[in-house]
Amino acid sequence: MRVELQQIVKVFGTLRANDDISLTLEPGRIYGLLGENGAGKSTLMKVLSGFLQPTSGRIVVNGTPRLLDTPEQAIRLGIGMLHQDPLDFPPLQVLENFSLGYPGRWVLDRPRLRQRLLDQADVLGFDVDPDAHVDRLTIGERQELEIVRLLALGVELLILDEPTTGISAEQKAHLFRILKRLAHEDGLTVVFVSHKLEEVVSLCDHAYVLRRGQLVGAADMPTETARLVELMFGAPLPPSGRKAPRVGDVTLELQNISVRSHRLCLANVCFEVHAGEVVGLAGLEGSGQSELLRACAGLLEPLSGSITVDGQSVVGAGYHALLRQGIAYLPAGRLEEGLVAGLTIAEHVALVNGNGSPWLDWDRAKAAAKQSIAAFAIQGEPDTPVEALSGGNQQRLALALLPRGLKVLLLEHPTRGLDVASSAWVWRALLERREEGTAIVFTSADLDEIMERSDRIVVLAAGRASQPHDAGSVTVENLGHLIAEVNQ
Amino acid sequence: MSGEMILSMLASVVATSSPLLTAALGEMLTERSGVVNLSLDGTMLLAGAISFIVGYHTGSVTLAFAAGAGVGATMALIVAFGSIVLRQDQIAIGFVLTLLGDSLSAFVGQSYTRIRGASVPHWPLPLLERIPILGPILFRHNAVVYGSVLLVVVTWWWLYRTQAGLRLRGTGERPVSAYVRGVHVRRLRVVYTALGGALVGCAGSMYSLAIQLGWAEGHTRGMGWIALAIVIFGGWHPARIALGAYLFGALKAMVTYLQRTVPGAPVTLLNMAPWLLMIATLALVGSGWLERLLNSLPTRVQSPARRLLRSSPPQALGTLFARE
Amino acid sequence: MTAARWRHVILWLTPVVLALLCGMLLLMAVGAPPLEAYGQILQGAFASYAKVADVTAFWVPLLLSASGLLLTFTAGLWNIGIEGQMAMGAIWATAIALHVRLPAIVQVPLEIVAAVVGGALWAMVAAWLRNAANVNEIFSGTALNFLAVNLTTWLVSGPWQPPEGGSVHSTPIFGAHAVIPTIAGLRLSWVALGVAILGFAAAWVALRGTRWGLRLRAMGHSRASAHILGVRVERETVLAMAACGALGGAAGAMRALGTYQSLRPLISGGIGFLALLVVMLSSLRIVWLPFIAFFFAAIITGSQRLNLVMQLDDSLGGVLQGLLVLFALLTGGLRARLETRGAVEASATAASTKPGPTLGQGEAAP
Repeated sequence: MRVELQQIVKVFGTLRANDDISLTLEPGRIYGLLGENGAGKSTLMKVLSGFLQPTSGRIVVNGTPRLLDTPEQAIRLGIGMLHQDPLDFPPLQVLENFSLGYPGRWVLDRPRLRQRLLDQADVLGFDVDPDAHVDRLTIGERQELEIVRLLALGVELLILDEPTTGISAEQKAHLFRILKRLAHEDGLTVVFVSHKLEEVVSLCDHAYVLRRGQLVGAADMPTETARLVELMFGAPLPPSGRKAPRVGDVTLELQNISVRSHRLCLANVCFEVHAGEVVGLAGLEGSGQSELLRACAGLLEPLSGSITVDGQSVVGAGYHALLRQGIAYLPAGRLEEGLVAGLTIAEHVALVNGNGSPWLDWDRAKAAAKQSIAAFAIQGEPDTPVEALSGGNQQRLALALLPRGLKVLLLEHPTRGLDVASSAWVWRALLERREEGTAIVFTSADLDEIMERSDRIVVLAAGRASQPHDAGSVTVENLGHLIAEVNQ
Repeated sequence: MSGEMILSMLASVVATSSPLLTAALGEMLTERSGVVNLSLDGTMLLAGAISFIVGYHTGSVTLAFAAGAGVGATMALIVAFGSIVLRQDQIAIGFVLTLLGDSLSAFVGQSYTRIRGASVPHWPLPLLERIPILGPILFRHNAVVYGSVLLVVVTWWWLYRTQAGLRLRGTGERPVSAYVRGVHVRRLRVVYTALGGALVGCAGSMYSLAIQLGWAEGHTRGMGWIALAIVIFGGWHPARIALGAYLFGALKAMVTYLQRTVPGAPVTLLNMAPWLLMIATLALVGSGWLERLLNSLPTRVQSPARRLLRSSPPQALGTLFARE
Repeated sequence: MTAARWRHVILWLTPVVLALLCGMLLLMAVGAPPLEAYGQILQGAFASYAKVADVTAFWVPLLLSASGLLLTFTAGLWNIGIEGQMAMGAIWATAIALHVRLPAIVQVPLEIVAAVVGGALWAMVAAWLRNAANVNEIFSGTALNFLAVNLTTWLVSGPWQPPEGGSVHSTPIFGAHAVIPTIAGLRLSWVALGVAILGFAAAWVALRGTRWGLRLRAMGHSRASAHILGVRVERETVLAMAACGALGGAAGAMRALGTYQSLRPLISGGIGFLALLVVMLSSLRIVWLPFIAFFFAAIITGSQRLNLVMQLDDSLGGVLQGLLVLFALLTGGLRARLETRGAVEASATAASTKPGPTLGQGEAAP
């Protein structure tokens, strides 16, 4: 099956997520789709798989232009996508997940479906338990199930969106073997979306590179990674000139921390952070960075281990107690969790500044708000509701609301969705706090940012964490090795 | 208590619980699709009044039930429309409809109180009623009681043995995944909300035409709320909902029995029992104690145990689904 | 007026017109002349000073409950249990009225304080159930309502029956020292009016002038964000419910000590639920409460005349009010939908990127 994307454009509001992209996918080959986070890879694949409709452009299948209104239509044409967070039904059983939407009789023929599931899984060398509940499976197993399902439905073009997030090295090796067999022996087309260079180089036959919504290049594999890096980032990364930080004593210390959320389990994390130091948590998205930060903030109770701040244990203390002690947390979802949509800037300032009096002094609140607006260069008035602010201004407000003199500041994606100027501004503000002696721990999907801003980097992958590395020693290329190291 | 009396009491429990059971099963279908229809109490009252009126004037029980089902479906569709299309709060609309249904039922029913109307004929099943013990309990009722028992089986089979039921369950858990598999989420929600509402309307009709016979203002007030609680207690599973409905019925029967046989029994205090039970069961389910128990079971036992003891709602209950 | 203002006015009037129209259809269906029925309602409410006093007497507990409910609604809570809280307030006030004998100037405030405490405690049960066991306050509220009614019935027909026997529908009338003194010839009391205004003012000040009110608003908009910003969400739930229960208890006391001067089952008379409707109609703006409450009180009081004059059930009033709120909710949704469609067509500059359907945590920006 030969599929062409012709001049695909996808616009969200003012964001051109896909800008005039044309590419061809031939059967029997594995294509890599490379690009940084935010380059538009996932969007393009969602358009191809029928999940989104392009603003303009065509999809041509075997010479005929097709309209893919829904994902189901795409599957009927043979195009199926494995999403990064598999779109399955966690509370239901494996067999039920497989059967939902599987063509067949109106009454479920369970024995026949069960046999089909087991047969297809067998062909791929996957081990599935039809009666297990999906929310008990690891993410790797959920992906395997989805692949089994898509292939059982007769998919000929299989798209995988960042499938190696959070799976073990064995599972990954097995997956790669299967993908190669499906493409080279069975004649399927495979599209492998990733921002991980080494994986694309080792798995794919051909790679397309996206940057900022545009197709900037293509290359046959194998090829020099330097060339790919240049395409992905626009230029080889300059060595970062940084001055050695003035760090103080150990402020935050984690020992043998294990946390579990419904998606993953992180075990035996140990590292320490010094006052005035910036530590970045690197790794593929969904490797546990967020859970670790939340555990430190008191929002997630660790299964075991100890977290101490200035020598005092903080496990079990509760979020508000920790906040009073100087440990603050800034979540990624600015409106979902950090700011209250529906209240104005002045109301936020009044809410946070407790000065003992139960009475609201609106004049004082407005004045304080004006001060913060000026100090943090927020484009808005005290009366502006926060949902009307741009992302950059929301982030500035969130920073403005943090108390000063914190011991530890935990940030989740501090510059997500911000343009270059706002990002730079945010980091200026954070570095000021670092001068005050605050220990900063942050996560980011942007490897650039982690490498540029951290003093030390902790790599998280597949449920484990590495020892902190000096920032200078981590690069895009060897991050892959570091992740592999953690896996062992 | 003699054996005769026990049998007769059990039989009456099956009969008096049948409207509650029907309403709870209907709401289960609605909630399984992801919609909360809070208007049950008002819907049952209004359906009861209108179906009594229709039955009185036409003499036809079938038409009366159809009217009741229609009322139920209409109320439910207002909730569906208001929340799915107009994006208003499901709870708010459901609550207003509860009060509106109550007032409307009183208003339209005002000249029909305490008069005889149509009623569902008694229909003991020929051979089955002679079965010892089970016969008198299960097979000496009328068509609607049999219908309610049948409904338990039908809904169970629909949910767990058909592709359509699987899609319903999937939609309630994760609409986006259902969408990817070709389910029209909004349409499915509207259909099941209407269907569930129709069943609730039938339950209201059952009261006026089969159980309490006749219309009196507010005579079933509170039943709708209990039905809502039974859905939660029953873990959105037909068999457990049936258990819950019969338990409630049994509790009420016991209170009535005590009221008659033990003089000086604090009747009004005994009437508090169902509500205390409701709070207790909701607290048990809500506090996650059951979930923790399930999680601690070994994996082999866990799967079947989970299907039986599940207590968390469909994950997408009350949420809106937006495609883009 | 500009086109936008006209549209604004029309959208506000539409629910009223629709409700009245539906009411007319209903009246015609039962064979009653609709306009005459509406006229009778107006007469029933405003025809004489006595009638207006009746309306105001109904308005008092309605405003008190609505003020309390505004607090819980602001915090994002559905305090259906308001009826039970009113009943408990009435019970506690009655307990003192029947068993204590002090000069009225001391007795009456004592009763009111007891009612406030009783209502607050009953509300706190629901709050505790929510915090500790995740029981939705709609269900606990409903159950507690029925429990309160049962308790009232038991007390009235049992322990609080006078030794010489009396009615099971009511306790004996309270002594003069225990009741709220009414204005001559009318069924209204200055004390009741004062309590209502005081309660309303307290709620206003709390909402607009205290940091607590701001915390409640933050909670109501987003529990998660409020938590992150330092609001103790569980504690505020208890406090908001307690405050509402307190005002509800006061309302119950007004009913028992003023309107009926005795305790009877269903003393709350559906006023709690009506107050919920009042608050829903006010778009959570406290300034509207007294007016909407008066409007509703007029409809209810006026409807009683229908029974006497036209042999129509007085539930018509409830029907009209329910229809009004329903249509208000639906047109509110319609208005929002029209507004968003307009905004999309004008393609406003998006503040931040709008991603497609959310897919779960691993997803980065599109």
